[in-house]
Amino acid sequence: MPSTIYACAFCPSRKVIVIAAALLSSGTLYDKVWDLHRVADLPGGSTQLFVGLHLVHEVTSPQAFSGLRDKGLTVACPERTVATVDHIVPTTSQARPFADPLAEEMLSTLERNCAESGIALNGIGTGRQGIVHVIAPELGLSQPGMTVACGDSHTSTHGAFGAIAFGIGTSQVRDVLASQSLAMNKLKVRRILVNGHLSAGVSAKDLILHVIRTLGVKGGVGYAYEFSGSAIEALSMEERMTLCNMAIEGGARCGYVNPDQITFDYLKGRPHAPCGAAWDAAVDWWRSLATDTKAVVDDEVVFDATVIAPTVTWGITPGQGLGIDECVPSLTMLNPGERPIATEAYRYMDLQPGTPIAGVPIDVCFIGSCTNGRLSDLRAAAAVARGRHVATGVKAFVVPGSEQVARAAEAEGLDQVFCAAGFEWREPGCSMCLAMNPDRLEGRQISASSSNRNFKGRQGSANGRTLLMSPAMVVAAAVHGRVTDVRTLALHPAS
Amino acid sequence: MFAFPNGVVQKISGTALMIQGEDIDTDRIIPARFLKCVSFDALGDQVFADDRLELAGDHPFDQERFKDASILIVNGNFGCGSSREHAPQALMRWGIRAVVGVSFAEIFFGNCLALGIPCASALPDQILAIQAAVNGDATRHWALDLEGMTLASDQERWDVTIDAGPRDMLRSGRWDATSQLLDNSSKVEGLMNRLPYLNNFATR
Ligand code: SF4
Repeated sequence: MPSTIYACAFCPSRKVIVIAAALLSSGTLYDKVWDLHRVADLPGGSTQLFVGLHLVHEVTSPQAFSGLRDKGLTVACPERTVATVDHIVPTTSQARPFADPLAEEMLSTLERNCAESGIALNGIGTGRQGIVHVIAPELGLSQPGMTVACGDSHTSTHGAFGAIAFGIGTSQVRDVLASQSLAMNKLKVRRILVNGHLSAGVSAKDLILHVIRTLGVKGGVGYAYEFSGSAIEALSMEERMTLCNMAIEGGARCGYVNPDQITFDYLKGRPHAPCGAAWDAAVDWWRSLATDTKAVVDDEVVFDATVIAPTVTWGITPGQGLGIDECVPSLTMLNPGERPIATEAYRYMDLQPGTPIAGVPIDVCFIGSCTNGRLSDLRAAAAVARGRHVATGVKAFVVPGSEQVARAAEAEGLDQVFCAAGFEWREPGCSMCLAMNPDRLEGRQISASSSNRNFKGRQGSANGRTLLMSPAMVVAAAVHGRVTDVRTLALHPAS
Repeated sequence: MFAFPNGVVQKISGTALMIQGEDIDTDRIIPARFLKCVSFDALGDQVFADDRLELAGDHPFDQERFKDASILIVNGNFGCGSSREHAPQALMRWGIRAVVGVSFAEIFFGNCLALGIPCASALPDQILAIQAAVNGDATRHWALDLEGMTLASDQERWDVTIDAGPRDMLRSGRWDATSQLLDNSSKVEGLMNRLPYLNNFATR
C-alpha cells in the first residue's frame, strides 16, 4: 500500500510522511472512506462528513435552495455539485415549455437555481441528461473512495464504484449546499457474500430481489451492505449498479462493491475520470481502499448464486419476491411479522395464496429506471425482443436511462429491434418508475416493470399494480402477456 | 394550528392518532404526484392522499375525532422507501409534532429530526396497547417527554427510546444542523486540501 511523501507546507526542507488513512486501519472500505471524510464530531454525537460529490435533481432541490436563501447562505462548492433533470421530464415530446405547467415550473426553478449558484446542469439536449444515477457513473463522476450524496434514496447506486453513497432529505440537501458536508451517524457493515455464479438467464436484478426477499425490507436498517464473493466479482459495473441501487429496498442506506480491475476499466477515459499520471496514482489509491482481508465486519450473510432463479415480486414491497417457479405464499408459510402486509398485498394485488407467479396476466410493460435503464439492460432486453412481438392488448415501452444510453442503443439498432417487436422507444427520464410525468398506469392495470418499487400507487394510479423483475423478464412478459420464465424463451428462439 | 417546531424540543403534548401497518412507505405518506411543487406549503392536505381516497372519510387523518391530534402512533419500519422529505413535511403541516412507533426507516428518521420532530420507539406490544388506547378514546391527552423518555397519559405511562445523539440535538434545540456544520468550514477546507481526489491524486 502506498504511503505518500509530501513536502511540509510550513517548512519545505523537511519531508513529512503522510500515511494514507488506508494504512492506519485494517478495516472495511466503509471504515476507510468514512475516516477520510470525517470533518468533526458534532455535539449531538453524530459526525460531520464531507461530501465529495453532491448530485441534484429537480424534485428534492427547490425547497433546499429556498432554505439556503432564507438563511442568507450560498452554495459552498458549486464545482462539487452536479445537476440534472429526470423525474418530471416527459418521454415523448421534450419541447419547452413542457405541456405540464408544474413540470415546467420545476425545471425552470432548477435552471434558475443552478445558474445563480454556478452549478453545472446537464439539461435536456446536452447529450448528458438522464437519470441522476445513470449519468454520474457514465460521466466518470462517481469514483472509488468518494462520499456521494443526493436527495434521492437510490444514491446507493454509486456504491458500485466503492464509494459511500447515500440518499438524503431536503434539509440535508440544504446543509450540503451550504457546507459541502452533513451530519451523519456511522453504519455497521454487513457483508453479503455471494458464492458461485449466477446461472444463464439470471441477472443482478434477480440476485438483489433474492437478497431482499431473504433478509427483508427492514433487514438492512442500520447497515451498509458490502457485496462480495465470486458472484459479485464476476459482475460488470452496470450489474453492480443494479445491485447497489436496490440495497436501499432492503433497508440498507448504502451498498458497495470493493473496487477492482472491472471498476478501473469502466472509469478509464470517462470525461471526469483522472487521466495521465493522475490515473496511475488514482488506481493505486483506489486499490488501497478495498476492504482488507483481515477486516472484521459486523455481520455476514452467505448466499449461493447458483440456486437463484429469475425472481419476480408478487406484493406491495420489494421483499415480497418469488422465484419464477413458485406460488404466492400462504400466511402459514410466512413469519408472523410478515403476515399483515401479505394480507394487504393479497387484497391490493388481487392475487391469492397458491397462485403460481408464472402466468399472471400483464397489461403494461416498462423497461427503464436507474435500476435497469442502462445500455447492458437494453441489450439484454433486446436480445429477447428480437424477432418476437408484444402480445395483443399489452402496452410496452422502453425508456433509456440517459441521453448517452439512448444514442448508444440507437447506434446499435436496439431501438429498431424494440420498435419492430411492438415496444415504444422513448426519450430518457425516470418515467413510469414513479410516474411524475405523463407515463402512468390507469386504474387497476398491472405492470411488469424493470424498476425498483412496487409500492401501492407507485406507478401513478392509486390502485395500479406493479410486478418487479429484470428487463429480460419484462420482455418475456410482454411477449406472452403473462409473467413468463425468460429461460424458456431463450431456449426456443423465435424463428 | 400550532407553530412549526422551533428551538428546544423537550415535551410534546396533545391528543394522538394512529396509522396501523408495517413498512408504510413514503409513497403512501405522500404520493409522487404531489411532489410536483417547488414549496412544501400545500402538502398538509395531501398527506396519505390515496389511502384516504380509498377509505372515503374513514381514514384516521380524516376522522373528526382525530382532527387536532399531534402525536402519531405507528408500527414498524415506518417511512421506508423514497427519501422524500415531503413525507415528514406533509405530516408536520397536517399537525403532527411527534411520531412514536416500533421502528423507523433511517432517512425518514433523519428527515424528521431535521424538522424538529422526534421519532421515538417502543416495543411492538406496547405500541399495540397504545394504539388500542388511542382508538378507544381519541380525546385522551398524551405527552411525549424527551427527558424522562416516556409517553404518558393520565392513565398510563410507557417507556420509549431515542438514540442519545438525536435526543440531545432535540433537547438542546440544535436539531437544525446547518449552523454547526458551518462552524467547521475551515476544517472542511483543510480536508479538501488533503483528499486525493480533490488534489489530482497528487503524490508530490
Ligand atoms: S428512476 Fe425511479 S428510483 Fe430512480 S431516481 Fe428516477 S424515480 Fe427514483
